[in-house]
Amino acid sequence: MAAYTEEELAKELQNQEYEFGFTTDIESEKIPVGLNEDVIRLISAKKEEPEWLLEYRLNAFRIWKEMEEPDWAHVNYEKPKFQEISYFAAPKKQYESWDDVDPEMKATMDKLGISLEEQKKLTGVAVDFVMDSVSVATSFKEKLAELDIIFCSFSEAVKDHPELVKKYLGTVVPSTDNFYAALNSAVFSDGSFCYIPKGVKCPMELSTYFRINEAGTGQFERTLLVADEGSYVSYLEGCTAPQRDENQLHAAVVELIALDDAEIKYSTVQNWYPGDKEGKGGVYNFVTKRGICHTNSKISWTQVETGSAVTWKYPSCILKGDHSIGEFYSVAVTNNFQQADTGTKMIHLGKNTKSTIISKGISAGQSHNSYRGLVQINAQAENARNFTQCDSLLMTDRCGAHTFPYIECKNNSAKLEHEATTSKIGEDQIFYCLQRGISEEQAIGLIVKGYCKDVLNKLPMEFAVEAQKLLTISLENSVG
Amino acid sequence: MSKTLLDIQNLHAEIEDEGKAILKGLNLAVKAGEVHAIMGPNGAGKSTLASVVSGKDGYEVTDGSVSMDGADLLEMDADERAKEGLFLAFQYPVEIPGVSNINFLRTAINEIREYRGEETISAKDFMAMVREKSAVVEMDPKLASRSVNEGFSGGEKKKNEIFQMAMLNPKVAILDETDSGLDIDALRIVASGVNKLRSENNAIIIITHYQRLLDYIVPDYVHVLADGKIVKTGDKNLALELEEKGYDWITDEINA
Repeated sequence: MAAYTEEELAKELQNQEYEFGFTTDIESEKIPVGLNEDVIRLISAKKEEPEWLLEYRLNAFRIWKEMEEPDWAHVNYEKPKFQEISYFAAPKKQYESWDDVDPEMKATMDKLGISLEEQKKLTGVAVDFVMDSVSVATSFKEKLAELDIIFCSFSEAVKDHPELVKKYLGTVVPSTDNFYAALNSAVFSDGSFCYIPKGVKCPMELSTYFRINEAGTGQFERTLLVADEGSYVSYLEGCTAPQRDENQLHAAVVELIALDDAEIKYSTVQNWYPGDKEGKGGVYNFVTKRGICHTNSKISWTQVETGSAVTWKYPSCILKGDHSIGEFYSVAVTNNFQQADTGTKMIHLGKNTKSTIISKGISAGQSHNSYRGLVQINAQAENARNFTQCDSLLMTDRCGAHTFPYIECKNNSAKLEHEATTSKIGEDQIFYCLQRGISEEQAIGLIVKGYCKDVLNKLPMEFAVEAQKLLTISLENSVG
Repeated sequence: MSKTLLDIQNLHAEIEDEGKAILKGLNLAVKAGEVHAIMGPNGAGKSTLASVVSGKDGYEVTDGSVSMDGADLLEMDADERAKEGLFLAFQYPVEIPGVSNINFLRTAINEIREYRGEETISAKDFMAMVREKSAVVEMDPKLASRSVNEGFSGGEKKKNEIFQMAMLNPKVAILDETDSGLDIDALRIVASGVNKLRSENNAIIIITHYQRLLDYIVPDYVHVLADGKIVKTGDKNLALELEEKGYDWITDEINA
């Protein structure tokens, strides 16, 4: 903890409003609102997709039309009007190289603190920057190419590596999986694709920053990450969105495939616009994230969720192979009128499979924060192990913390542990800090960061710093 | 003549919401370089005095004034009082899981420095200071990296309070029953730490039940606090007398 810069946080704190609530004035190309097969054909044609992918989309659309929007989550919101959404927006200009990128877009990235120039020089992070739906710049590609690592936009992958996309797309999250996954499969605009070849340890953190930048545009990202046998990759996903009055729908799908002996570390910091203090506006974040682990492989999800008006998100692991490992580390913060229903599913199929779940929920204002988790041990999963720790911290007496842990065990050799705590932030802890000269905002920041340490420690360093800033910003004036 | 660092006049305070008066016209003046001991029977208001002076929520001051080095403390928030140089060693130090002692103290020191318009402390200077000051209370420097008070023994917690005092270098320090829960060795170490921190520029107020601590930290004045007021003041010999005779003779004396 010593290396984190609390002074920076103090400065950030002075900004009460949503920090990244600006919009960039870039010409966008939009498809008229509404969704039908013609719109899907148009999206596919604009992206010059092959016939099989169009068929994939149309099939998903037909499945989606038959589905109902789920309402089992512990959230209340006005259902999006799917026929009033525009399903495709792309910045008009396309860029050949980083030098050609619109200076205004570069300025946007500077404001977000993720200037590619700096990142190229200093951090060794390769960034696939997604503005709205089309990737506009990908760095470090050449360096990665030396190792035969593929890291590109989803559209590029469809053009350049169709065999890989076709082989893996929809294998972990099929179009039939759920309402939002089906919608995404029909209309996904772009996203990221990553392939790590056999035995290759990816030498840098791969990072994608997502940003919703077009009023009234749904964003439907598709991420597909394949780690071939014996490979390793750490992938970072961070999000900020400009301030908007109307709700914005976001329904992403992320699929991870860890083949034998591979390891994937997937970290997310999510900071989409949460709505204002009265609960007006904000992003709807309905995401399906799932990974499959083959023999002796490992997938680790780490997420810090501070944004969105409504979050519905369960990064999960299917532990198919023997000796495979799934991990889920989560901090979810809700303030004002935010609602979050988040957790994970650990599906144990193989023998000697292990999973760990550490979830830290923090509720402030009048928000509601739910943990929903499933640990499923199938009959053939001999000697499965799970450890779950599920903590809730309440900042006020008007907020809610809810826990919905499900355990289904069909094999008697399993060992399952579940620990849960609920606590209110301690007035005596705050006074102790105050008495040492620490202001109340700083004190809350310190205490909350301490509470989340087990999860924050799982993040790569630069991401951990950003996550801590977000935690502090999200919890301004939140004790009561 | 040295200046008065803490000046409490006619202090009346009650527990908020309950309206129960605890302090009933307390007067106390502490000059730079002095050590005062406040003793008294249970329920006399000793810990309330520490809480009210340091600005803890839950108490209402109904009359009187408290000033530190000329500044009106009662007008300030608790963190501002600390930034002005007031330190309270807690009777029951609080655990803050996941927050290391050094991160906690560096945050505090930098906030105090910022308040004074000074530069933040460099990591190098800070760590040198940690090493130097942990020696004052013979504290294992490893404890500095552990979470604040988490899993500390009673003695380690009290040493940690004095270590923090050494790090923050306050003008006025109030030690609230710092001797409680200490074995004889720890008591000696803690007391010797406090003695090392005594100077011509600060003032120390020791709240205690027992004379034992005052064998090690010799006070300039001993006050008896009973029923919300200072009822008797003497030198170190008063503490010995109290140890021998208890408090009843004083209350009898007052009532007579």
